[in-house]
Amino acid sequence: MEEILHAEGLCKTFTLSRKQQKIERTTVKRKTAVDHLTFSAYRGEIFGLLGPNGAGKTTTLRMLSTLIRPDEGDAILDGCSVVNQPEEVRGKIGFLTSELKLEDFFTPNYLFDFFSRLHGVEEAVIRKRKERMFSRFGIDRFAEVKVANLSTGMKQKLSLVISLVHDPEIIIFDEPTNGLDVLTARTVTDYLQELRGDGKTIILSTHIFSLVERLCDRVGIIIDGHMTVCGTLSEVCDGIPLEDRFFNIYKEVKGGEE
Amino acid sequence: MKSNIWTIIKKEFARFFGDRQLIFTAVIMPGLLIYLIYSLMGTGINNMIADSENQQITLRVENMPESMNELMTSYICPFCKLETASFTQDDIDKLDSKDVNTLLVRFPADFDQQVEDYNSFETEEVPNIEVYYNSANMAVSAFKQKVCSDIMEYNRGYTINRVDEENPTQYDVADESIGAMIWSKILPMLILMMLFSGVMAIAPSAIAGEKERGTIATLLVTPMKRNELAIGKIVSLSCIALLSGISSFIGIALSLPNMISAEDANLGFDYTFNDYIALMFIIFSSVLIMASAVSLLSALAKDVKNAGTMITPFMLVVMLCGLVPLMQDGASESVTSYFIPFYNSIQAMTAVFAHDLNWGFVAVTLGANIIFAGIAVWGLTKMFNSEKIMFNK
Repeated sequence: MEEILHAEGLCKTFTLSRKQQKIERTTVKRKTAVDHLTFSAYRGEIFGLLGPNGAGKTTTLRMLSTLIRPDEGDAILDGCSVVNQPEEVRGKIGFLTSELKLEDFFTPNYLFDFFSRLHGVEEAVIRKRKERMFSRFGIDRFAEVKVANLSTGMKQKLSLVISLVHDPEIIIFDEPTNGLDVLTARTVTDYLQELRGDGKTIILSTHIFSLVERLCDRVGIIIDGHMTVCGTLSEVCDGIPLEDRFFNIYKEVKGGEE
Repeated sequence: MKSNIWTIIKKEFARFFGDRQLIFTAVIMPGLLIYLIYSLMGTGINNMIADSENQQITLRVENMPESMNELMTSYICPFCKLETASFTQDDIDKLDSKDVNTLLVRFPADFDQQVEDYNSFETEEVPNIEVYYNSANMAVSAFKQKVCSDIMEYNRGYTINRVDEENPTQYDVADESIGAMIWSKILPMLILMMLFSGVMAIAPSAIAGEKERGTIATLLVTPMKRNELAIGKIVSLSCIALLSGISSFIGIALSLPNMISAEDANLGFDYTFNDYIALMFIIFSSVLIMASAVSLLSALAKDVKNAGTMITPFMLVVMLCGLVPLMQDGASESVTSYFIPFYNSIQAMTAVFAHDLNWGFVAVTLGANIIFAGIAVWGLTKMFNSEKIMFNK
């Protein structure tokens, strides 16, 4: 198995505003979101980061996608460091999260071309890829409709397509099925499996056990910014359903605190 | 790198030119509004002047002195109906009515003698002339100004006699029109304000708006360098703001004939090709520095509304810079002035409009503004790189 992603000792802390301190009922000014996180992902697999809300999944994915910089540690994606070569990393990954929005004013057609050009894709390739992706997701009929006028599902599909305009080797998805109706969610998960079939590596974060069980080859469970368990699905589950296994681990970690 | 900048510029243009409402607010409306407002103002003023010019005014002079005869009959009389007769308090009271177009002037009975005595140091008492008029009547009021200044000129001729030897003979050597003086005081501020409003109409939405809508993050996950995004944004915003400025300029140019009546030929634009070229350079670099500054503030702001709040104090400072020419006599001669952004544009434009073009100062202005725009690109790049600024809400 070829290691395509290796995160080593990733750390990220945030300063809490007074308002946030009040909400979290704490007087501590800094909060550690990710605490020395180390894990690897291999080419052609789907790796799932599983954890409750606020565990540090999104922060980890944002560091991997170079949107934020780790305070400590580094991650090497396909030979490039997120700390030292952020532009090269961005060229190798496709990142999709609900935070990334598309301008309402433009049409899918325009946006596909625009982002392809920013990724340096050749014009002939853009045309072919657009045709294939748009028809795969049924966007072709809405190619000239402004994003503002698209349905929520169609917007999500377009965001997915836009994040993959450059055919990246590594695809990072933050909560890929969040807020999607069952049909769109199915389209997305089917496509993720298709991408794996094409040899792409997918890193996704989720708190939905069934999604991990259905899709992921390997899984890492994050609690309070720590990687508590990491391995293949069968290794992590250890013969019991993932959900039960997760609660056991959660109790082990949190039990001491309560 | 070049192609990414161009891709961003094209996208900003597509966003702008694809939005009819935005084109109307940012490009068509400024010029149209200026044209309509200035034209209406000009037509109004010209009508008032024409009205007052068409009215026949009666000038009644009591005790017309011998010495004043020529002045009155040759210089003043063509503009009025001259009567030489005495008048009473009753006549003065009648002036109260706005419809009475009469100006009453009373000389002392022995005016010429009094002037002579004053000039030969026999007395210190200056001969007193009484003028009665109704200031609410515009035509009479304007005519009174003329009569008084003519009489004063005449009067001064006498008083100056006393110090004649020491009083230097004055020659006015100014070869420029009064227009140059007026334009150099007003136009730099107007141009700066128009360009600024152009930048204000688009920049906050292009940067703070993208932050607010979450679309900037989508751009930030592409392999494009942050400085390419900064340059692309600043250049495209400058170009669009320039269009807005040009629209305002056309509005002014078209309404000028309505503002200035043909008789005031002195107020005409008499600028050379070189002046226009210099002006173009100054305006281009001013737009660049404005777009840079507003982009920086917009990037710092949380949303478009916040950007507006942050830009307002800055706009007031720029406006203050625009007021400087009103308080000074001509453009600054100190080269340091041309290193300060905004102030340098104002000074350089003042010099051009005052027919005092100095290419050295224009070059310093251009250089300084480009350097500052470069610093702004660096700053904006830093901001695009800062997760705190880009993602904190």
